Amino acid sequence: MSIDMSQFYQVFFEESAEHLDSMESLLLALDLDAPDPDQLNAIFRSAHSIKGGSGTFGFNDMTEVTHILETLLDGIRKNEIKITADMVDAFLQAGDVLKGLLEAHQNGTIADPAPSVEIRAKLAQLTAKGTQQGGEQKTVSTTSSPGQKAAAPPSVQHIYQVKFDKSPAIFPSKAELDNLLEELGNIGKIEKQEIAANSVTLTLTSYASEEDLRDTFSFFLEPEQLTITLLGDQAAEAVSASSEDEQGYGFFVEPEQLQAAAEDAQGYGFFVEPETLKSEAENAQGYGFFVDVEDKTASSASAATAEQAIEEPHRRASDRTPAAAPAAETSIRVSVEKVDQMINLVGELVITQSMLAEIASHLDPVLNESLVNGLAQLELNTRELQEAVMSVRMMPINFVFSRFPRLVRDLAGKLDKKVQLKMIGEGTELDKGLIEKISDPLTHLVRNSLDHGIEMPDERIARGKDPQGTITLRAAHQGGNIVIQVIDDGGGLNRERILAKAKEKGIPFSDNISDADVWLMIFAPGFSTAAVVTDVSGRGVGMDVVKKNIEGIGGRVEISSKFGEGSTVTIRLPLTLAILDGLSIAVGDQLYIVPLSFIIESLQPKAEDIKEISGQGQVLHVRGEYLPIIALHQVFNIQTQITDPSKGILVLLEAEGKKIALFVDDLVSQHQVVIKSLETNYRKVVGVSGATIMGDGRVAMIMDVGALVKFAQA
Amino acid sequence: MQANEGQAANTGGRELLTFTLGSEEYGIDILKVQEIRGYDAVTTIANSPEFIKGVINLRGIIVPIIDMRIKFHLGNVTYNQLTVVIILNVANRVVGIVVDGVSDVITLTAEQLKPAPEFSSALDTQYITGLGTVDDRMIIVVDIERLMTSRDMDLVEMAAA
Repeated sequence: MSIDMSQFYQVFFEESAEHLDSMESLLLALDLDAPDPDQLNAIFRSAHSIKGGSGTFGFNDMTEVTHILETLLDGIRKNEIKITADMVDAFLQAGDVLKGLLEAHQNGTIADPAPSVEIRAKLAQLTAKGTQQGGEQKTVSTTSSPGQKAAAPPSVQHIYQVKFDKSPAIFPSKAELDNLLEELGNIGKIEKQEIAANSVTLTLTSYASEEDLRDTFSFFLEPEQLTITLLGDQAAEAVSASSEDEQGYGFFVEPEQLQAAAEDAQGYGFFVEPETLKSEAENAQGYGFFVDVEDKTASSASAATAEQAIEEPHRRASDRTPAAAPAAETSIRVSVEKVDQMINLVGELVITQSMLAEIASHLDPVLNESLVNGLAQLELNTRELQEAVMSVRMMPINFVFSRFPRLVRDLAGKLDKKVQLKMIGEGTELDKGLIEKISDPLTHLVRNSLDHGIEMPDERIARGKDPQGTITLRAAHQGGNIVIQVIDDGGGLNRERILAKAKEKGIPFSDNISDADVWLMIFAPGFSTAAVVTDVSGRGVGMDVVKKNIEGIGGRVEISSKFGEGSTVTIRLPLTLAILDGLSIAVGDQLYIVPLSFIIESLQPKAEDIKEISGQGQVLHVRGEYLPIIALHQVFNIQTQITDPSKGILVLLEAEGKKIALFVDDLVSQHQVVIKSLETNYRKVVGVSGATIMGDGRVAMIMDVGALVKFAQA
Repeated sequence: MQANEGQAANTGGRELLTFTLGSEEYGIDILKVQEIRGYDAVTTIANSPEFIKGVINLRGIIVPIIDMRIKFHLGNVTYNQLTVVIILNVANRVVGIVVDGVSDVITLTAEQLKPAPEFSSALDTQYITGLGTVDDRMIIVVDIERLMTSRDMDLVEMAAA
């Protein structure tokens, strides 16, 4: 079959990345003392799928690594080898190596072969060691059950006599027969071959099971046109599993590569009908293995795995779909571009709809009743459509959180600390764009908590705490925001040390500075209070970047901390990047949008509440607080008739923990606006975070409240 | 004109859109022009230079509008029914320029294009590809992409440029 494989590369890359991720999370969840056979099977299947795929595409470096990985996993799965912490480490490392290889293939470059050689040696060594230990306890000899020919492990070669129809209806040209023979050649060795006018008889020696063989044929002919007779099993040279394993790995290479080739052949099914056939093939294979190892529990085990898998969103359908219902596809893969285009179009639709509503509002509602009703219905439908389309981009935050168990495990090991990670609200959904951008800052915060927050075990005992520290990641919806918290029960921030550092850095602060302000200092560039700079953190290049990144996506960071008890970093993010609830305000002949999330209240001030501070401008006295008044017409240089705050409206805004009173001419109305970037065709404008198109087709600027608050401080 | 068009087919000359600014006539590569439209509802951008009139909504895209007459101190700065905006597609951006009027589309061959002397116009010579002569008219050929992305125009974030 000469199909251009490159068009399927992307699918393979995505699938393999998912398999690697699920393998990693399963490994981390594994209980070493009593490993759950379902989990082991799931890990094995992930490795197996990667091997099959990489074999199909000819990424031999990946095939080789997964192959050894699979051998060891297989041993563990069959209770021949006892799993140890070393092995889990090696598996995780192998996962990393595979990721590296995958990335290299994806970028079309050649990966450094050294790590994969190293991990292969390590895994082979572990396999040999594990088999040695496990060999004595082994009760079931897998090779001594020739009755289960379909399930026999790949170390036994089968000799089949294959006879099939060769009528012109099935093989119109010789090329197609050649194709089939070539594929058979990939699976095993064709020995005797007789091609008669209407039938072909050949003898094939192969590691593939009869079922696999039939699968290969199924693309060419109907089952009844094919006869396969098992002539006998031929043990491969040095079959005895234990001795072979002990002697190392060399023997396996050839047979297993053949096995991988067999999977190649099967893999073609996946091109014909991408998802279904592949899952069938996988399942069929999977069962073969189960029967062998786990007697009759196989079907129930796989059903249990399926149930478990459903809890993990976005896992491959082929993993979780039981063989009985292979066609039940529950998700489709769509490129982000298409979704974004859809969101843009819906945005346009919303604008058009509000434009129509605006025009209709000038019409007589009695004379145009049906039109008005129709427009009201349109409004409802557009809103719902908008929500539905936006939800397509929503993803559970688990996509970010899922990387942390590994990170915490590795880092805690490196730092000799005992840390457990708790995750709450992993199902909380937020925009895909935000997910991508939040992951680096969050990683940094978690590393920071682990490195600086959590103390060493003996230090914790001395303080009367549990020697095992806890880092909690919590995500939740709160109003129109997503709140993500990184909570640790470590030492907390040290006020004196931060202030000393601030003095050293020449950062000015008042003597009675509040705790909240002190904590904010750690976000200043180049600020690190770590006593020792480690390779984990402490170089002071992190927190300011964290803050910048989060503010870049419209979020806010807050810290609360208690010395000796731990600290909490809270990140507030908007639900989505594309749409915003805003209040439109008028200044002169201009219209601006203020994001609703920043507004505390709006009021018409009494003249006596406005006080002058010489050289500082005006302040507003409201409920015992004095807030600086920022006149928008001055900031933006706009001509207006209203220059006295008591004649206009004051909008109280809060950003970055500071409050200001924004003086505007008038409030106009509340809208949902689609955010458009000014930077696409222009550049960044100070005080403006973007633009939007109003109902009448005009452009209005969206105010950057954070910048206004900064302006007030300056 | 007609003669020139005939020539273009043979020599593969450059097609230019010409517009006037004051008494000068300028030509820009027609492939950079997206469309020509009237001047209407512009939303001003706070604290921007005077020649940046603001932004318009061009079928859902936010497009900045630059008044070339203000930028180069040429022509009468009035806005009415006849004010013309040329929407350009330069450096992957969509930008509108206000000019006095759009004249026509001409084709210049390499022989008709002469290098510009140092002091030829209100524009800096570095943005001028050359001077073209068509029927006694002198046309200043501008490298519009270079001009629009220049520091002078303040249109593009300089760090990115």
